[in-house]
Amino acid sequence: MKKERSRLVVIGNGMAGARLVEELLARGGGDRFTVTVFGDEPYGNYNRILLSSVLAGSHEPGDIFINPLAWYEANCVALRAGVRVAAVDPVRKVVTAADGTAEPYDKLVIATGSAPFIPRIAGLEDAAGRSREGIFAFRTLDDCSAITAYAARCRSAAVIGGGLLGLEAARGLLERGLTVHVVHLMGHLMELQLDARGGAILRQKLEGMGLQVHLGKSTREVVGEDGKGGVTGLRFEDGGTLECDMVVVAAGIRPNVALAREAGLLVERGIVVEDDLSCPGYPDVHAIGECAQHRGRVYGLVAPLWEQAEVLANRLSGREPRASYTGSKVSTKLKVMGVELAVMGIRERLEAGDEEITYEDPSRGVYKKLVVRDGRLAGAVLLGDASAAPVLLQSFDRGQDIGPDPAELLFPSSGASAPRSVLDLPDDAQICNCNGVSKGRIAYSARNGCRSLQAVCGATRAGTGCGGCRRDVQAILQDVLGEGGLIEDPAVHYYVPGVPLAKPDLVREIRRLGLRSVSSVFAALAGGREDAASKPGLASLLKTIWAGEYEDERDARFINDRVHANIQKDGTFSVVPRIYGGVTTPGELRRIADVAERHQARMIKITGGQRIDLLGIPKARLPQVWRELGMPSGHAYTKAFRTCKTCVGSDFCRYGVGDSTALGIAIERRFQGIESPHKMKLATAGCPRNCSEATTKDLGAVAIEGGRWELYVGGAAGSRVRKGDLLCVVEAHEEVLRLMGRFMQYYRENGKYLERTYDFVERIGIEKVRAVVVQDEEGIAARLDAAMEAAVDAYADPWGEANDPVHPLQFAQVLVRPRASGQGDGRDGREAPEEQVVAGEVR
Amino acid sequence: MPELTRSETPLRNLGPVDQIPPGEGRVFAIDGRNVAVFRSRDGRLFATEDTCPHRQGPLADGLLGGSVLVCPLHGFKFDLATGRPAGNDCRALTTYPVALSSRGDIELRLDPR
Repeated sequence: MKKERSRLVVIGNGMAGARLVEELLARGGGDRFTVTVFGDEPYGNYNRILLSSVLAGSHEPGDIFINPLAWYEANCVALRAGVRVAAVDPVRKVVTAADGTAEPYDKLVIATGSAPFIPRIAGLEDAAGRSREGIFAFRTLDDCSAITAYAARCRSAAVIGGGLLGLEAARGLLERGLTVHVVHLMGHLMELQLDARGGAILRQKLEGMGLQVHLGKSTREVVGEDGKGGVTGLRFEDGGTLECDMVVVAAGIRPNVALAREAGLLVERGIVVEDDLSCPGYPDVHAIGECAQHRGRVYGLVAPLWEQAEVLANRLSGREPRASYTGSKVSTKLKVMGVELAVMGIRERLEAGDEEITYEDPSRGVYKKLVVRDGRLAGAVLLGDASAAPVLLQSFDRGQDIGPDPAELLFPSSGASAPRSVLDLPDDAQICNCNGVSKGRIAYSARNGCRSLQAVCGATRAGTGCGGCRRDVQAILQDVLGEGGLIEDPAVHYYVPGVPLAKPDLVREIRRLGLRSVSSVFAALAGGREDAASKPGLASLLKTIWAGEYEDERDARFINDRVHANIQKDGTFSVVPRIYGGVTTPGELRRIADVAERHQARMIKITGGQRIDLLGIPKARLPQVWRELGMPSGHAYTKAFRTCKTCVGSDFCRYGVGDSTALGIAIERRFQGIESPHKMKLATAGCPRNCSEATTKDLGAVAIEGGRWELYVGGAAGSRVRKGDLLCVVEAHEEVLRLMGRFMQYYRENGKYLERTYDFVERIGIEKVRAVVVQDEEGIAARLDAAMEAAVDAYADPWGEANDPVHPLQFAQVLVRPRASGQGDGRDGREAPEEQVVAGEVR
Repeated sequence: MPELTRSETPLRNLGPVDQIPPGEGRVFAIDGRNVAVFRSRDGRLFATEDTCPHRQGPLADGLLGGSVLVCPLHGFKFDLATGRPAGNDCRALTTYPVALSSRGDIELRLDPR
């Protein structure tokens, strides 16, 4: 029997309200709730942050819609666009609209946002008491249209307010060719984000762009020609005047709380909410966004509002009924009239002991400042050059120790070839070096509807090769769309794109439902819709979960894993036999040489992992090549343990302090073919000279004097170069094997599909990895060890399929049907099937 | 199932469908022409030219999900039912009418649709 759905009413269809509905639907909330949304404006939901771009003429109003009216219809959301809510009765649980209709609710979300703050200024109305023509607020799409229309007949404009909003309005008007004055009450621009010095440098920069800035000016009156309406100028408290044809008031915002106050909810500066985002005393009434006040704070930026929407959606959808919001760390990266600005934490020294480090280059309009407390970043301002922002933000978010020389953080790329920010590059600069995608192409697709990283990558193929450019693609996207324009595709949290579940949820469902095959996962968890690209990831996960009980469907594997060889550009394959630790014999080499000659391998190559690669082998010949080699698979084609590279170690090398060769062979014998989210390349080095490059491997062991081994994890020397993190120092080979196995199992269980160890370690954090793997703080070490032991025991050489194929035509290249024939078998007038021939030589 | 009856080109019998494991594809050489035939897990058959227009990847070695095929070389996607590219600007694949006979054989006509 279908459960009766509860009624959810959302008041407010802005950035917060609409976001909540999106998040809720993404979590299956549509099954729990019928959703009604009241919106003040007669539109779908649009991106308020981009209003300044509409004003500047770089975006059309239609460009900034996040969800048009049709979206609401398609998602069965009842949108009452253009209908104000007149009253809320939280006791009877009814909302009354201005048109008199009543809407009962089970859950109510108030997301009424803010309204422009209009300071007390004389002359806002003309002599007849009507709103004077030529004065505008700057908050809605309608405001924007009105300003644009009016500006067309003006030569100059005054913007009252020198904060972010005021400067954005000023930019729009400058772009439209007006002389623009910014009139600011305070002593410097953007005092909420900048200190006085930063404000001064910004002012200098903006004046260079043609803006007229008037600081410390309190506007007394808007002056108009008597009887004519319209604006001729401003008069200030100090007696001074300014001529202008129009006025935009952008003096800040105030939370819209009247409705909540009249309903009897607790209201201070905003509507007070608890950590569950409910209003005290009314557990079924929630408030989020700019109208809400949490732990004394009212947020005016988009990121906290999204975090609130996510938490509330998790609670309401039942996905995480106990999710709680504990406040947001405020950091923001934006552009003020094209000038980069990144701000986080506090903007100046607040306590004794706080330290400030500043750098300024006024001629370039650059100002940088760090506030350091107890060796950690407490705040930062980057103006004019925000290239250090990612590093600082990471340090700030994680509360990391910033080291002995904090100034280094300000110049992340000081050194020989400081790479320029991707935003400085011209449109024809190639961003994706794998697929040859230019910056202009990426920006074009962002302007034409691709609003998430996934969408842009899908449309342009940028970032779909090695993935090394995805950060740059993201930066371009952010630049084009603005902070709020970029949406995160919910699929980024999915383990695979085709099944809408994050990895922990997916694993839980698979276990709960006992799903042992890829097709059963699609049937049970994806509405029966198969997604080709999701198949290998699911296969890998199922194998990790079920080991021997996994029901192997070969079509879920990438071709490499169906035929245990690496496909090449011409459709032939490469064959890499396993050579443990890279140590071989004359007999083995002779055999390899003979096979290569007999099968006319087109190239013989020593690989980077110290193996021998036979290239150009047709698929149909693979079984024969394997049989003749008589060696196990080297797994050079799959997401698994690949190789353990070694140096000659202590037996021969005069510097060797540890037997890296024996250790490498032991590692490789134990872990060969162990599947993992991505490939694992290992190395062992017999001394700190590190000839085998063990510190830039997924796992590496380096011998140090005293018979001990340093264990490194998360190293990389591919599209990214990263030195591995030192996990621990151990005494014996057995210890190395045990800890490596435990780390691998932890990675197998917690890594995302196609996440290399270096991304995994960064995501989890080496301290956490160490706590789990070395110190066993979670008490799971024994279980991890046992799971790895089971995986090792379950290992079988896939090249055994040479003699025991899973399908008679597993390695078939082309099935030849030699000639056309009009002859049927006479029974149904159609021709009879012919003998099938497997041919290896074709193509 | 596609309509196979109204055509002048002879119907080719390629033999039993279980030559192709469910969810996979195989290449058949017919009169010197290579055709990739796919068998989806939900029992549909598709037939197309056998190489990807992008860089000649062997399509029969690709991953199949429903009617969408992912080329094994560079991940270009195509809808096999229509041959149309999905998310890339390759030209469409040539497709051929193909169906399962009452005896469980693959039957195909070599006239491109």
